[in-house]
Order: sequence, then structure tokens, then C-alpha cells
Amino acid sequence: MTRWPRSYPLAALIALLAILPIGVLFDLAASEAQFFDAHNLRVLTNTLLLMVFTVLGSVLIGVPLAFVTAYVQFPMRRLWLVILAAPLAIPSYIGAFTIYAAFGRGGEIHNLLGIPLPAMDGLLGASLVMILYSYPFVMLTTRASLLSLDASLVNAARTLGMSLGMSLLKVVLPRVATGIAAGGLLVALYTLSDFGTPAIMRLDTFTRVIFVEYNAFGLSQAAMLSLQLLAIVGLVLFLESRVRGSREKPGRHLTLWPNGWQRWVIGVAVSPVILLAVVLPLAIFAVWLAREGSAGFDLSYAWNSVHASFLAAVCAVVLAIPVAHAAIAGRAGRIMERVTYFGFGVPGIVMGTALVYVGLKLPFLYQTLGLLVLCYVLRFLPLAVSSVRSTAEGLDSSLVKAARVLGASPREAFQRVTLPLTLRGMIAGAALVFLEAMRELPATLMLGPTGFETLATYLWRVYEAGYFGRAAIPGLLLVLMSALGLALMLSGERRAELEVSGK
Amino acid sequence: MLNVRNLSVDYGSTRVVDNLNLALGKDEVLMLVGPTGCGKTTILQALAGLIPVTEGEISLGNWCSTPKRQVPPEKRNVGMVFQDFALFPHLTVQENVCFRLKDTSLADHWLKLLGLEAFRQVKPASLSGGQKQRVALARTIAHQPAFILLDEPLSNLDAALKDSLRWEIREALKAAGIPAIWVTHDQEEALSIGDRVGILNGGQLEQLDSPEKCFAEPASRFVARFLGEASFLPGVLDGRQVTTDLGPAPGIPIDGASGAVDLLLRPDDLSLVPSEIGNGVVDWVRYEGCSRLYAVNVGDGVQLKVRTSHEVHAEPGARVQMGITTTHPLAAFPR
Repeated sequence: MTRWPRSYPLAALIALLAILPIGVLFDLAASEAQFFDAHNLRVLTNTLLLMVFTVLGSVLIGVPLAFVTAYVQFPMRRLWLVILAAPLAIPSYIGAFTIYAAFGRGGEIHNLLGIPLPAMDGLLGASLVMILYSYPFVMLTTRASLLSLDASLVNAARTLGMSLGMSLLKVVLPRVATGIAAGGLLVALYTLSDFGTPAIMRLDTFTRVIFVEYNAFGLSQAAMLSLQLLAIVGLVLFLESRVRGSREKPGRHLTLWPNGWQRWVIGVAVSPVILLAVVLPLAIFAVWLAREGSAGFDLSYAWNSVHASFLAAVCAVVLAIPVAHAAIAGRAGRIMERVTYFGFGVPGIVMGTALVYVGLKLPFLYQTLGLLVLCYVLRFLPLAVSSVRSTAEGLDSSLVKAARVLGASPREAFQRVTLPLTLRGMIAGAALVFLEAMRELPATLMLGPTGFETLATYLWRVYEAGYFGRAAIPGLLLVLMSALGLALMLSGERRAELEVSGK
Repeated sequence: MLNVRNLSVDYGSTRVVDNLNLALGKDEVLMLVGPTGCGKTTILQALAGLIPVTEGEISLGNWCSTPKRQVPPEKRNVGMVFQDFALFPHLTVQENVCFRLKDTSLADHWLKLLGLEAFRQVKPASLSGGQKQRVALARTIAHQPAFILLDEPLSNLDAALKDSLRWEIREALKAAGIPAIWVTHDQEEALSIGDRVGILNGGQLEQLDSPEKCFAEPASRFVARFLGEASFLPGVLDGRQVTTDLGPAPGIPIDGASGAVDLLLRPDDLSLVPSEIGNGVVDWVRYEGCSRLYAVNVGDGVQLKVRTSHEVHAEPGARVQMGITTTHPLAAFPR
């Protein structure tokens, strides 16, 4: 019975493809790169400081918000959750762009309201933007852990005479520590790989410096820096793999009913976050739209974005099926799956650097849409894999057994039971890949064929050229697209909740 | 005819099923019963070919599965009814029952017989537990398997429903003329439904016999206790007669017992009469509606359980006169 599952060879091949960029980078960096110098040390310090500040800030904002959204009953809580999670949907470079343009002497707020505010740039500006756009990771992971807890423990603590605050602190918080840690590590990864924010805030982190080197034809040096960045990413990923909390048996979760003034306090405490992260960008874009209209914008940018992202989504799901199958089939398959997850940790700028080099070595790929799509697929394959795998795993295993004992071969059982039941996961996975690819900036800048302008790259050109007002239409379109993605993710969460309560 | 010889199953280094032998008769309903973790479900999965076996062979007419050559589930012509029903959520009741049928007349027949006519076009999610299990049964029988495995089919259902549904399932199996192995942890279910009952303990089959035989002449004290309330009264066996403190009783030796024995007494083998000069003292009493269950200490640390009419009333601590009323031979275990 020790036959290998049929998906293994294919999954192994895909896993191999996923680690291809690393091999390329080593090859590239080996030629003539400086290993480490003083400038490099500054870059490392900036990167780590930005990461630490962002993680701390995200935990400080995300954890209280998780408690509020999970436990506190107030009108329209679903809507509040969506609004509080919305920053996740807005690409951080859009936030960075608008905050950079709004603050400071001569910024939009100064122009419109006459209030001179200090400039937002450097480490401070980058940290602020990264916190505003990544705290939802902590909020959502913590919230998920909170919702999985049985309220009876808190109720027990309170009937034993402990105050609500203390019971939340002593009984609940320790049990969601892993949820918080998981969210914090996601934030760290997100910060490490973010290119747009430090670039716009002019903070020399790895991603920004790699892009500078690439533009100065220092591809080898870019590769060396990429490997250093990857080493940090690898460390964070390692930590993440250690964070696996024990799962508790889900029960009825806690509900708190605040009175009038408590609601006010919560509302006032939450508003700055929403104002800065959601209202400000939309307001700035609205101002620009009113001022400049659609000057310079061409519909083909949107079409290019959709075209490339759609191809990536389809390819990613097709490749995800054998990987997901292998991951369920056995241990070796799970390792292959972990390997493909690697791409998600590889920052876009690093993947871009590696694939630019691949393009230089393989001329038939150079400057083609195919190479860009390959980059998207390698980066976002994990989204498709996890989405396909989780629906396939959620599949009651006795269903396949039932099909088999009714006389269906493994193939027929797959076609008639597994496939129809996992189709939803595949579509969700494709949608996630599509939306992520739409927002992707650095790799698109590096790999897009000449003259191939997407929404994201157009936004970047506008920033570089200083025609800020023209960012309104692409910016709003990107926000709209991302909002659709968020709606999709939240509807998935809602389904999960329904399934739990249904039992 | 399904034949299982020397079947063993290991999970890693733990032996979960140990040297199982059984043959399933034509249209027989065989109950496998045992405490949680005794290997019941593992046996079913092994018979269905859903897990690999370590030793032994399973054969049925045209196929024979051994550890070296495992026959895949779809080649075994087996039917299985799952604890969680395993209905395909994306298919209607009709489509579930007709899953691999070309000729749907049998499906129609069983849908009608099990009272599912009205639900043909409904998805499983909107059915009640009992309806789901009927659909699962119809699906299994309609595919005309050579034998059916039922994995605790009633454990996810309400107690009130269990009684009627277990008989409905038995009737359907008999009407279809398909032999079945039915796994349960409910001894009452096992005794009332089974043509034969197999009692499992720690992966081993302790006894396989008719329900009456298993209950009255258990092969071991474990079987005696598992199948119902059991008390043991010391006595001396001589031939077919046992002498005890409560008087003489007919006995039947188990495991070649003779001389000093423990006599197995069920609560209905005994009588209890309140009496100031009685031979026992009531430890506790449970009211059961139409009856009362008493635990009575008859000295030397021996406690006997006896069921009486609800009219017989004695408080804990009261003296009572105990007697053996049964006329059938009682199992006598070696001391």
C-alpha cells in the first residue's frame, strides 16, 4: 500500500519552481557583489526598526479592537468590523502616497484647511502608515482566537468574584497569545516585503535600496541585498512556524453589552484610526478628482491590470490543485506545500529581481507578459493552495469513503464528490490571487513589458513625476478592487462562523 | 459469504484489532458491541478496505484481500452506513440515493419504503437526523451490496427516535436480504436487534453467539458486566447444582468451573421482600418508574442488585429477605 499519491511528482515539480528564485539570486549575487558595508548596516537598522515599530503599534491597536469587535454588542457590528478591517484592503502605497501628500507645509491639509502640520516622512511616516495598514492582521487573527473561546470560563471567573477586566486579562488574554503572535508575525512579514511605503516616505530599507540598485544597473548588488532581506524573512517565517497554539473546543462566545457612554468612549477611541487609514485617502483622492478630473488616464491601464491578474489567477489555481492534493495525501506532500508557501514570504521586489535575471538569461521570456504572470503565480500561489486545501480538508472524509464503498473509483470519487465541493474554494482562491496581483507594485514595475502600464505602475509614475492629482482615478479603482477582495474574505469568515453555530 | 480469518490491524505499534475471526451468515444481522476504543470502527473500516490491515485475510466469494494484496473499497461490493450519515451535501436526496445507479427502480422502491417520497428533491442539509439516516440507508441498500456495514448508525440521533429507527433498519435489511455487521456501544441495541452478538474488548472478540446465550452464559465476567447489571454471589458447584447462602440454584459451569464458584445473578433472577429478620440490608434504591432497582448487602461484602415491582418499598438501611427465584441455570464462574 506504500504507493505514492499521483499528485506527488507534479507537486514536487511546482515546489521546485517555487524555490527557483533563490537559486537564481545566489547565482547572481555570487558574481561581483559587496557583501556588507556601512551603508548596508544603516539599511538593516532602518528595516528592523520599521518592522519592530510596526509590529508594536499593530498589536497596541489591533488587540483592543479585536476584543471590541469580537465581544461587544453595538448596532451594525458587522459594518464596523468591515470598516475596521478595510485598511487591509487598501494597498499601503496608496496610504503612504496620500498621507505623504496630505501632511507637511504645503501639503493638502495645509492648502485646504490652512492648518500647518508637521511633514510625515522617514521612519516616523513609514511606521505610521505601516501600522495603519497592517493592524487588521493582528485584529483579525486575535478576533478569530477570541471567538473560538468558550465564554463559560470568563463567566466562571466572574462568578468566582473576578472583575470583567481582570478576567479578560487573566483568563482570556493568555489563551489568545498565539493568535496575537501569529498576527504580529504576519505584520512583520508584510512590513519587510513592503516596497511602496518606504519608497514614498524616503526611508532606506532593503526594498527601497534594492529598487535603487536595480535602476542603477546594479543587479548583482540588488541580488545580494535581496538575499539578506530573505534571511530576515526566513527568520520570521521560522518563528511563525513555531507559533501553533493548542485548539480549544469551540463554545458559545462571550457577549458584552456596553451602556451609552461606554459606546461613546469606544467610538472616540476608534475614530482616529478610521480617519487616518480610510477617510483620509478617500478624501484626498476625491479632492484630486475634483481638481484634475481624468487627465492623463487611459482605460488600457485598467485593462492591462485585469488581463495580467486574470491570467495569474487561473494559472495559480490550476497549479494549486495538485499541491493541495499532495498536501492532504501525506507527509512528503505537506513539505512540498510548505515549499510553495515560500513565495508568499518572498518580497515582490526580490521576486522581481530574480525573474529579471531569468529574463536576461532566457531571451524568449525577456520583457514578456508571461514572465510577469509567472512572478504573480509564484508569489500568490499559496493563497490559491490554502484556499483549495482548506475547503478540501473541510470536506468530511467520510464522504469520499462513502463514494468509494458505493463502488466509485478514486478518480470518480474525486470528480463527482471532491471536485464539486471544492469548486467554491478554487473560485475564492482565484479571486484572492486576482486581487493581490492587481495591487502588486514593485515586481510589476520591474517585469512589465515596455509600455505595459497597469493601475499600480501608473500610480507610481504619477508619484515620481509629481503629478499627484492624476493618482485619483487609478487610486480609487485600486481601492474599489481591494474592497471587493475584502468582502470576499469576510464572507468566507462568516461562512465559517455559520458552520460552527450550525452544530 | 463474508469470511474474516485471523484479522489484525495495527496503528503504528499499537494493535487495535487482534486476531479476529468471523463468518457472516446469509441475511444475518451481526452486532459488534464493546466499550469506546475497543476497535469496533476499525474493524468496519478494515472490512470496507478503507484502512490497510496488518495480518489475516478477508474474503467474499469472488475476492480475497490480504495485507499484500488489498482489494480497494469499490471492488468489494460493500455497503456502509456512517455515523455522521456522509450524505453528499451538493446532491439532492434522489441524486444521493442514485449515486452510481443506472437503473433507478430500486432507488424508487427504497425511497418509498422508507417514507422519503416527499424529500426527493431536497438537499440533505434541510433534513432531520432520522431522515438523513434513512436516506443513507436507502442509498446503501439501493446499490445492492453483498454485505452492509453500519457504524453506530443511531448514535447521532435522539433517544426517542433510536428505538423505532433501529427496528426500521433491521426490517429493511431483512427485507432486502442483505447480511450486515452493525457496530454499536449500546448493549440494549445489540441484544434486541442482533441475530448474533459479538462482544469486543481491547481489540479481541470475547464472545460471538446468540443474544440469549451471550446474556445468560457470558464467556467472561467482562461480557457479563458489559451486557447488563451483573452481581456475583459466592457458592459451591456440584454437578449442575449450586449451593449458596440464599439457597440452592441450578448452575452451568463456565470455563470448566467446579467447587468454589461465583454465581452470576441478573436483577430479575432475585426476589426481595421487606422483613425484620431478613438476610440482607438495603444499600441504595433507584426508582425507575414501573420498577425499582435495589442494591442489597447480603454480608461478606457481597452486594446484589435486584429489580422489583415499584410497589415493593424499602428504605436504605432496612432489612430485607432475598431469594433466588429463577428456574433457568445460572452461569457459574470459577473463583
